[in-house]
Amino acid sequence: MRYCLYDLVPFEQRKKVKRKDKSFHLSFPKKERDPQTKRSDIQKKITDAFEVFDHECNKTVDVREIGTIIRSLGCCPSEGELHDMLAEVSSLPFVIFSSILKFTKALIFSLLCRRPEYRPIPEDVLLRAFEVLDVNKCGHLTKEELVKYMTEEGEPFTQEEMEEMLSAAVDPETNTVRYKDYITMMVVDEN
Amino acid sequence: VCLLCQTWHFFCFHTIKAAILIQRWYRCYMARLEMRRQYALSIFQSIEYAEEQAQLQLSSFFTFIPSDFNTAGSDVQLLEYEQTIEVPDSYHGPRLSFPLTVADTNSLLHAFKRQQQLHARYVLQLLHETKKVLKQMPNIIHLSTSYSKEITICGDLHGKLDDLLLIFYKNGLPSEENPYLFNGDFVDRGKNSIEILIILFAFLLVYPNHLHLNRGNHEDHIMNLRYGFTKEITKKYRSHSKKILNLLQDVYSWLPLAAIIDNKVLIVHGGISDATDLDFLNLFKRNKVREPSSSSSYGRRYKGDLLDVGEPMWLLHDGVNSSPLLEAQYLESSVRMPSVPPELTAKEWKQVCETNTELLQNKTKKPTCIYKWNLFVVDILWSDPKNQNGCTPNKFRGGGCCFGPDVTARLLKRYNLKMLIRSHECKQEGYEISHDGKVITIFSASNYYENGSNRGAYLKLNPDLVPRFVQYQVSKYTRQQTLHQRVSVVEWSALKSLREKLYSRRSELIAAFRQYDPNDTGRISTSEWASAVESVLNLALPWRTLRSRLVQLAQDGSVEYLSSFSDLEIDSREHMVQPALVETLYRFRTDLEIIFNIIDKDHSGLISIEEFRQTWKLFNSHLKIDIDDESIDNLAHSIDFNKDGSIDFNEFLEAFHVVNKFENKAEHCRISNLLDSCPCFSIPGLSGT
Repeated sequence: MRYCLYDLVPFEQRKKVKRKDKSFHLSFPKKERDPQTKRSDIQKKITDAFEVFDHECNKTVDVREIGTIIRSLGCCPSEGELHDMLAEVSSLPFVIFSSILKFTKALIFSLLCRRPEYRPIPEDVLLRAFEVLDVNKCGHLTKEELVKYMTEEGEPFTQEEMEEMLSAAVDPETNTVRYKDYITMMVVDEN
Repeated sequence: VCLLCQTWHFFCFHTIKAAILIQRWYRCYMARLEMRRQYALSIFQSIEYAEEQAQLQLSSFFTFIPSDFNTAGSDVQLLEYEQTIEVPDSYHGPRLSFPLTVADTNSLLHAFKRQQQLHARYVLQLLHETKKVLKQMPNIIHLSTSYSKEITICGDLHGKLDDLLLIFYKNGLPSEENPYLFNGDFVDRGKNSIEILIILFAFLLVYPNHLHLNRGNHEDHIMNLRYGFTKEITKKYRSHSKKILNLLQDVYSWLPLAAIIDNKVLIVHGGISDATDLDFLNLFKRNKVREPSSSSSYGRRYKGDLLDVGEPMWLLHDGVNSSPLLEAQYLESSVRMPSVPPELTAKEWKQVCETNTELLQNKTKKPTCIYKWNLFVVDILWSDPKNQNGCTPNKFRGGGCCFGPDVTARLLKRYNLKMLIRSHECKQEGYEISHDGKVITIFSASNYYENGSNRGAYLKLNPDLVPRFVQYQVSKYTRQQTLHQRVSVVEWSALKSLREKLYSRRSELIAAFRQYDPNDTGRISTSEWASAVESVLNLALPWRTLRSRLVQLAQDGSVEYLSSFSDLEIDSREHMVQPALVETLYRFRTDLEIIFNIIDKDHSGLISIEEFRQTWKLFNSHLKIDIDDESIDNLAHSIDFNKDGSIDFNEFLEAFHVVNKFENKAEHCRISNLLDSCPCFSIPGLSGT
């Protein structure tokens, strides 16, 4: 199943723009840039990200790290989507990343066209997601609630992922997850 | 009940989607952290390997300079000397009595935990006795698991006493029921190298059949000059340091090179190559190979898979080639060593320089002075495994090979072995299994590059020869840090080293940038910037990913290339030195230090003005940097000389360091808070660990 993050945005707030062929697409602020340069820039950015994981400097990466590489470029595919993307190459232990580049042309296009499922998730959407989970609307989740949602719903976390999230998210004094503060902190950290 | 769709919350579509969204976002965030951690480690590793290359080049340059290091004095003399060193009553450290017992090892451990130091007399006696024991061992020791249940194998320790103590705490002290094998690289980089050696040698004397040591590439006095062990000894033992260092070299040369367990598992420090021949390795006198690093960068010619080493030749210090020494002379029969005078006059030094230059120029024509056995040893101590088939020279480190799964398979089959255990490479998890389970890398120094950079591990081998790994990480901080904080510390430290590296090559980099910027706008594109940096620094790093951390970007996305250098400067304290020389001094600081150390035969830390000039001449001929006599003279005049006309060269060189002009207070505070007065955060001016 594909999930569009805009499903969480109430209907009336979505902006719709009519295209010439009468189909609709969601509008995004556009940066003015020469498309050719933009594409090759992005291509180089992708190659560079692969190079970080190319430990032997011979244009190969371990196939298990491709998910990390794609995500580190700012894409946020779900596990399922990632699995589909990698289905072609997962049988090989080491992949020559020039061939990955061809296969990630799709990836490049998505970064270019900024399709919703690959875009980085904006702060307000993230906040709304937490609010959906916060049934009682009290501004925070208990530790147990967060653990339950993250390890039993959707694409469950591993024990390690859960522990790591808790170490940063849980406020030690109240033992709850004040999600608004948590999100703000994570966004600041990123920058 | 869900407000959006009025269904029962738990099964609601929106809950699932919200959960997935958060999970996606979180995994994305984690991946970006992982990326930062990876490139931080890449930065550390490539700088380390580049330094090793520079080191190997320097070492081979000095092969031809005979040092009086080889004259350690006869054993009898040494014993007398030891007996003449008085241990004062005020000394409260451990007092060893030979032959050593468990009481002695316990008192040593106890003392070192309290940061005490062993007196020089005991150190010398310990080294002396250790050499006697090691001499009796073959080059390749054979072990068996039939007597005890498991043998514990540890990798690189690199002077980190905390890691060794942690291993002993988790796994028990060495004993007849608990045998250990330490796979080389006990010293350098960490600040307790001598304490680690003392502990390991003491246990070796108490349990000679249950504690085993392999030689590593850092058990080599020229490596110790660069990587800090010599400095540690000089600082801790002052007037006795020379004797200790000399005896240590002997001990190093007697360390076994490899171990085989149950005839099935081979353990070496670095790795193997396609030329490795275990039978041959067992034959020659290993103590003749004193500095394996000094013969490695003479290159190897590969004809397909075969190693062509040319004729081994022995060169005397005056450049005259004597007749080729047969391999047999290095085997069990006695060897005629040419006499080497301990002191060289100025004229002889001049001859040495000229000979070296000549030989170096001839280097490309044909390999000279290659010792087949030296190369074998270098392969064992310096090689790294790689994932693709084949055996190529190890261009990252400048010595040894990169060996592929086919080389491993061939060697294991030839000697009927099951696997190869080695160390030598820092691994994030402390260990790594490669070549389809046939090669195991074990690394025991946690936080090797920086606090939080990696775990350490040791492995336990039972009679079934199935390895079991135990990981650990020494942590000075009781406060739990998040992954983000840990990664930030490692990343910040790596970027700091990289910025300093960029700064040290400033002139060359600016020249390379200007080639793309004929109009001197100060801006070039990212690709141009990346290729310029790559060509000057020769470090295989993901420059585009690192770009945002190293330079500032203009509005249109181009790189303002001068911005990397704007916040740093080289502080040379009060030394009045020409700007051009300052950069050279900073960049080659370590090389100069080593050259000084080699010239300073009595390890006093002081050299005369004449020796200072000679250093520069050697430096010039080694690195082909042309510094004219006048600049040297000016430099010499500007230095503060002691009354007897000597200079303290360590003090002189330490003066040249990079400082941050505009101390970024905000960043500094943020990092300080994370580190909580961490000692590894080195501030320029303060002595680091």
